[in-house]
Amino acid sequence: MATPTLTRPAPRATTANGLKIRQPRKKLTVGRIAAIAVAAFIAVLWLIPFAWATATAFKTETDAAAPDVTWLPPSGFTPEAFVKVFQDGNIPLWTWNSLYTSAAITAITLVISALVAYALSRIDFKGKKVLMTVIIASIIIPPPVLIIPLFYQMLALNLIDTSWAIILPQVIHPAMVFVLKKFFDQIPRELEEAAVMDGASRLRIFTQIILPLSRPILAAVAIFVFIGAWNNFLWPFIATNDGNLLTLPVGLQTIKSAYGIQYAQNMASALLAALPLIVVFLFFQRQIIKGVATTGLAGT
Amino acid sequence: MSTSTLSRPRPENLRTSGSRTRSNLSGWGFAAPFLVFFLVFLVWPILYGFYMSLTGKSLTGANDSLIGFANYAEALADADMWRSLGNTLYFTVISTVPLVLVALVMAALLNIGLPAQWLWRLSYFAPYLLASTVVSLFFTWMYNPQLGLINEFLTGIGLPRVAWLNDPNVAMWAIVIATLWWTVGFNFLLYLAAMQNIPAQHYEAASLDGAGAWRQFFSITLPQLTPTTVMIVLLQILASLKIFDQVYQMTAGGPGGSTRPVVQYIFETGFTGYRLGYSAAISYIFFGLIVVISVMQFVITRRRSA
Repeated sequence: MATPTLTRPAPRATTANGLKIRQPRKKLTVGRIAAIAVAAFIAVLWLIPFAWATATAFKTETDAAAPDVTWLPPSGFTPEAFVKVFQDGNIPLWTWNSLYTSAAITAITLVISALVAYALSRIDFKGKKVLMTVIIASIIIPPPVLIIPLFYQMLALNLIDTSWAIILPQVIHPAMVFVLKKFFDQIPRELEEAAVMDGASRLRIFTQIILPLSRPILAAVAIFVFIGAWNNFLWPFIATNDGNLLTLPVGLQTIKSAYGIQYAQNMASALLAALPLIVVFLFFQRQIIKGVATTGLAGT
Repeated sequence: MSTSTLSRPRPENLRTSGSRTRSNLSGWGFAAPFLVFFLVFLVWPILYGFYMSLTGKSLTGANDSLIGFANYAEALADADMWRSLGNTLYFTVISTVPLVLVALVMAALLNIGLPAQWLWRLSYFAPYLLASTVVSLFFTWMYNPQLGLINEFLTGIGLPRVAWLNDPNVAMWAIVIATLWWTVGFNFLLYLAAMQNIPAQHYEAASLDGAGAWRQFFSITLPQLTPTTVMIVLLQILASLKIFDQVYQMTAGGPGGSTRPVVQYIFETGFTGYRLGYSAAISYIFFGLIVVISVMQFVITRRRSA
């Protein structure tokens, strides 16, 4: 594929996960050109669904449904599908619902997971081993197994058709507790000793020493949890029937039946739903990639 | 896991019984908020779900009494249950292989040190940021038998049209392709991070010995990646077993139940058939399967590393 010297990883700027972009100061050889060609071929394949959705979304409904499948429609491109979706549809409402439920899930998850992770990492207390074992064991529980009893529980608590029904069951991430605990374990204890001698409380040590040092891992966990919550389908789909509370992924499911064969509007809606996270990704690409790489192996 | 006594800071070594109590209090105090959610929204439902599976509970509230393991007996004799479980396992097998291999190829290509790394990463990883519903809308449209882009391409190069989501022999593969496009970026990132952590000296020594690129990949990169590969395969199997969204959205389990996964069967018996007790029993059979697979994986990886 490439000549021996060329496969050697180039020197890279130091970073925790080695995910920094390498300096590509290598000459072109047949091998490298072949590699670029294959990578480009895959990239094109991977971009086609986006491109085709975009092309369709900017067609008139007549052109989109014309038996002549073409990238360039005879009546030209038009934003009318987007206008229609914005006027008739609920995309802004669904986006808002997704945003605040995902933000709430992320915030609650971070607070409760960091607190328990600190206790597991730093405090000696009776029952710690049991607690740790139970939390580890719970990683194995697949969320779909819980939908039936959780639904029944939400009915009993009278929470069905409220945002709480969507939020509350999504804040438990045992794997993330361990990601945080592992990180806390690596923070040198000496940093806290002085504070302990001064009689600082645990809570103060936690908020003023541990948390500020843990920003990168907190960001990684937040990103991981937020993406998961933003895109979650099954539980929000079950938890609410109230049209005013639908999240983006669930709301989008309802338009298929509502718009039927209006392909341009279907694609316009899908693209509008995809847009927020894609834009966020363009801005925070490095943080998101690093976040996924650090938390990813802990379990999804 | 727990800290060794030797590395403990001094104050704890000098502690009195009073500070012991204080430690217990603050330990459980810090754990309390998590524990409340954990007990109410995870432990209780998993226990209550088991109880439900032993009752005839339904959404209409008809029969709440305990009926022992009757639901389990019924489920084990239920051809639809077995078929859906079979579909889930089939999907898991045929999706895990490409989801790992393609991710490896993508990461290996980038690891050669291609220019414009962000561009490749963006295009391979971006689909992972989409909701399942978006992916399903994209692919349902591309799979459209008459107006779809894929059949247009096939007929363009002289191949016959494929009924994709409407052909029971093809539908599951169509879902695998959509899933591959959607989630392979995640495994790709994990592989890329692992590859970039392989020390450069390994490659330097090998190239001094005259090992070519292929040799280096197979005798250095792949062996170094083994722990990562094991983890990615495990995570992928567990993720694939939970398949529901794409199938429900693209084929609704059809045609003729040929793609219906077990999670959809749980969903339907519970929320369309209103049989919560029976549905809970199937959930537990599915849970049992996941536990068995996880334990098997654990034993295998233990043996490997031992």
